[in-house]
Amino acid sequence: MTEQPATTEAAGSEQPGSAHPGSAQRGLSRRALLGGGLLGAAAVGAAGLGIGRATAHEPVGSRATPGTFAFTGEHQAGIVTPAQDRLYLAAFDVTTKDRDDLVALLQRWTTIAARLTQGLAAGPFGPASGPYDAPPDDTGEAADLPAAGLTITFGFGRSLFVTPDGTDRFGLADRLPDALVELPHFPADNLDPARCDGDLVVQACADDPQVAVHAIRNLSRAAFGAATIRWTQLGYGRTSSTSTAQRTPRNLFGFKDGTANLKAEDPTHVDEHVWVPAAAAAADSHDSAWLTGGTYLVARRIRMTIETWDRTSLREQEALVGRTKGEGAPLSGGTEFTEPDFAVTGRDGQPLVAVNSHVRLAHPAQNGGVRMLRRGYNFTDGNDSLGRLDAGLFFIAFVTDPRTHYIPMQTTLSRDDGLMEYLQHTGSGLFAVPPGVPDGTLVVGSDGTPITTSSSPFVGQALFA
Amino acid sequence: MSRSTVGALALTALLLPLVAACVDNDPGAGASSGALTVSSTADACTVSSATAESGTLTFQVTNDGSDVTEFYLLGEDGLRVISEVENIGPGITRDLVVQVRPGTYFTACKPGMVGDGLRAKFTVTDSGKDVGPTGDVAEQLTAAEAQYVAYVKDQVGALIAGTQEFADAYTAGDDEQARALYAATRVHWERVEPVAESFGDLDPLTDAREADLEDGQTWSGWHYIEKDLWPPAPADNGGEEYVPLTPAERTKAADDLVGWTQDLVDQVNDPQFTFEAFQISNGAKELLDEVATGKVTGEEEIWSHTDLWDFAANVDGARVAYEVLADVVEDKDPDLAATLLERFAALDALLAAQGSVETGFTSYDELTEQQVKELSTAVDALSEPLSELTAVVTGA
Repeated sequence: MTEQPATTEAAGSEQPGSAHPGSAQRGLSRRALLGGGLLGAAAVGAAGLGIGRATAHEPVGSRATPGTFAFTGEHQAGIVTPAQDRLYLAAFDVTTKDRDDLVALLQRWTTIAARLTQGLAAGPFGPASGPYDAPPDDTGEAADLPAAGLTITFGFGRSLFVTPDGTDRFGLADRLPDALVELPHFPADNLDPARCDGDLVVQACADDPQVAVHAIRNLSRAAFGAATIRWTQLGYGRTSSTSTAQRTPRNLFGFKDGTANLKAEDPTHVDEHVWVPAAAAAADSHDSAWLTGGTYLVARRIRMTIETWDRTSLREQEALVGRTKGEGAPLSGGTEFTEPDFAVTGRDGQPLVAVNSHVRLAHPAQNGGVRMLRRGYNFTDGNDSLGRLDAGLFFIAFVTDPRTHYIPMQTTLSRDDGLMEYLQHTGSGLFAVPPGVPDGTLVVGSDGTPITTSSSPFVGQALFA
Repeated sequence: MSRSTVGALALTALLLPLVAACVDNDPGAGASSGALTVSSTADACTVSSATAESGTLTFQVTNDGSDVTEFYLLGEDGLRVISEVENIGPGITRDLVVQVRPGTYFTACKPGMVGDGLRAKFTVTDSGKDVGPTGDVAEQLTAAEAQYVAYVKDQVGALIAGTQEFADAYTAGDDEQARALYAATRVHWERVEPVAESFGDLDPLTDAREADLEDGQTWSGWHYIEKDLWPPAPADNGGEEYVPLTPAERTKAADDLVGWTQDLVDQVNDPQFTFEAFQISNGAKELLDEVATGKVTGEEEIWSHTDLWDFAANVDGARVAYEVLADVVEDKDPDLAATLLERFAALDALLAAQGSVETGFTSYDELTEQQVKELSTAVDALSEPLSELTAVVTGA
C-alpha cells in the first residue's frame, strides 16, 4: 500500500550525483522555478546538491530513509499511513478566478509536497543558497531536521465546485460528487464560521511539529496570489492508531480513543469504508469518476470542557465512555480489544455498557455496520477569557461517503451521547480527497528531484481533465 | 439544560451502594499499607489476606470469572452492607475504598449477582487510629433526602403557579408582563434542574436552546418563547428577519409549557418519588457545571440576557443540596465543610453585587469582562471541592 514506509524506488527518479551545485543557475529566481512551466529539467538539475536539508543529501532516487513515506501511489499518503504524532492542517480560500491559475497552484503544491515528504527543501536551492539578492526558496526552519514521517494530503471543499448561491467558479460544478454535501446542523453545534469549510484543505502530519508547520508555511507561500489560508489547526498527541503496530493513544478526557478504529492491516474493511469505489461515480448525478480511489475527509474541531470533566467522578466518566479508564476495556468485560457486549446486564437488569455511552452509540453495530478511519489529534489553543483551556479533540475521519459513514452517526451522537455534556463542536469541514499522483509520473530535474513544469502532474488532475 | 445527566443519573442510580458507609476522605489519616486484592471466579472469592488493620482499606477486586460479579464487605451479622462494588464485568478490576473500624466482618463475592455470595470471615485489628464519625450516617442521609424532596416540591409548586401566570400574560399578548415574569419564574426551574432532568424528555421539551436542536426538529419551551419576547435583529438571527409567532402559535407554546410543567409537578408529588443522597450531591455539582458552561458564558439566555437569574438559582439549588447533607459532611470531613461554606459565601457576595432574585439582576450583556471572569473564577473555586461531595456522602 502506498502509505507504507517507502522502501521501494521513488518514482521517476534518477541519481542526482552527477549534478554540480551552483554551476550555472545562480541567476534563477525562485519564482521562476516555482512558477515553472518554462524551465528545463537540466537547468534545475544543475542546482543539484544545493538542495537544502541535512537529510536531503540522501539521493532521493535511492531507497528512502526510514521515516519517509512515498508521496506517489494509488492513494494519497496521510490516510492509512500510521498516524504521526503531530498535525498542522490548513484550509484555504482560492482567491484567483482563473482556472489555469488554480491548476498551476496545484502543480506547485504537488511538486513541493513531493519534495518535502522526501526530506528535500521546498525549492531546488534550499534555504541557504541560490541568488544572493533573492529570498531563499525554502523558509529554512526544517533545514536540519529529518522528514519525520511527513505526509501531505490534499482535498477539495464543496465551495470549490459551487458557491452557496450556485456560482460555478471554475467550471467544476458538473463534477461535484453528490456526497460532497453541506454538513447539516448537528444538535448543540456551536460552529465558528472562521473555523469552518474552505475551498482546499492541506493536512500535514509529521512526528515533529516544526516539520509539519514548515510544510504548511511553504505551501501557503507558494499559494499567494492564488489562494490564502482560511483557518488552520495544530494538533498533537494523535488520538487514533491507524496501524495495529501502534498503541492506542489517549484523548484529553484521559481515555483511550479509537480502539475500534480501522487499521491499515485490514485492507478489506479499508476498501469498503474508506476509498470511494467506481460504483459511487456510476451512481452519481454528476461525473465524479475523478474521485474514484479517493476518499472524504471530515474535520470537526471539538472543544472539551475539560475543567468540568475533571470534576466528574470516575464512575460517571467510565459510564459515559462505556470503557474503563485504565485498560480501556468495555464495561461489559474483557480487555481493550474485546468487543463490547451490549447485552450484558448488571444490577436491575440495566446494561453494563449504558445506552447513552459513547462506545455504544459510536459502535458499528449501532450504525448499520459503518466504520471510519479516524485520524484525529488533541489540540490546545491557549485559553479563553475565563481562564479555561481552549482544548479538545480535532476529529479527522476518512470515509467512503459522509452521507452514510458520518452524518447519521454524528446526528445520533450529538443528540444522545452522554459525553456531549462535555463537548462542543466549534469548527467543521468536509473535503473530497482525490486519489494519489500515480507512481512514475513526477517530472524531475537532472538531479532527480521533482520540479514544476507545465506538464507536471498534480493531485486531483482528473478533476480538471 | 443539560444533555447527558438524564442517562448518567439513571445509570449511577444502579451502581451506588445501598447503604453508605463511613469513609475518611483524607487517605493519609488511616491508610493501611497496600491494597488487598480480591479474585472473584465462579466458585471462589480469594482475598489476599483475611485480616487487616483498621483505617482506610482498598480492595482491588478483579473479576476472573465469566459472569458479572459484585463484591461486598458485610458486618459481623452478615447482613449489614458496609460497602460494596458491583457491575464488575469479566476481566475488569475495580477498587473498593472503605473506612473500616476494628471488628469482625465478612467478605463476599457474588458472581452472577445471585445468592448469598461466596463468603469468608474478615478480621480487622485495631491500628490505634481514629476511624470515621460515630453518628448514624444512614439516618442522617434519610433525613437529608426527606428535606430535599420537600424543597423540590416547594420549588415546583412555585414554578407551576408562576408558569401559569407567565403563560396567561404571554397568550394575552401582554409582552411587558410576560418579560417581567420570565426570569423570576424560571428561577424555580433552575434551582431544581437536576431533578427535572431526571425525568427524561421534560428537560429537552421545556428548556432546549435553539442550538441544541437537530435539523428539522420542532422547538418548544421557555427559550422558544424567550426569542419571541425578545425578538432578535436579523444580524443576530443568521441574517434572517425574525418572524413573530402568531396568536395561535403563542397559545400552543404557552399551553405546552404549562402542560409539561404540570407533568413535572405530578411526578415530583408521586408518593414513589425519591431523590437519593448521591443524586442530591451529584445534583449540586451538576448545577455548578451548568453555571460554568452555560450561564457564566451568557449562552443560556441569549435573547433576554437574564443569565444571572439562572446563575443565582443554580447556586441556590446547589447550596440547598449541600445544606441538607451538611451534617454528614461536617462529621466526615469538617475541612471540606468549611471550605464549601466559605466559597459559597464568596460567590454569593459577588452575585449580590449584581442584584438579587427579588430586585432583579444586571443584564448579562452589561457585565464587564472582568466581572464575568470574577464570577467564573468563584464558580470554579466552589466547583472543585463540591465535586468531592458525592464520594464523602456515599463513602465510595
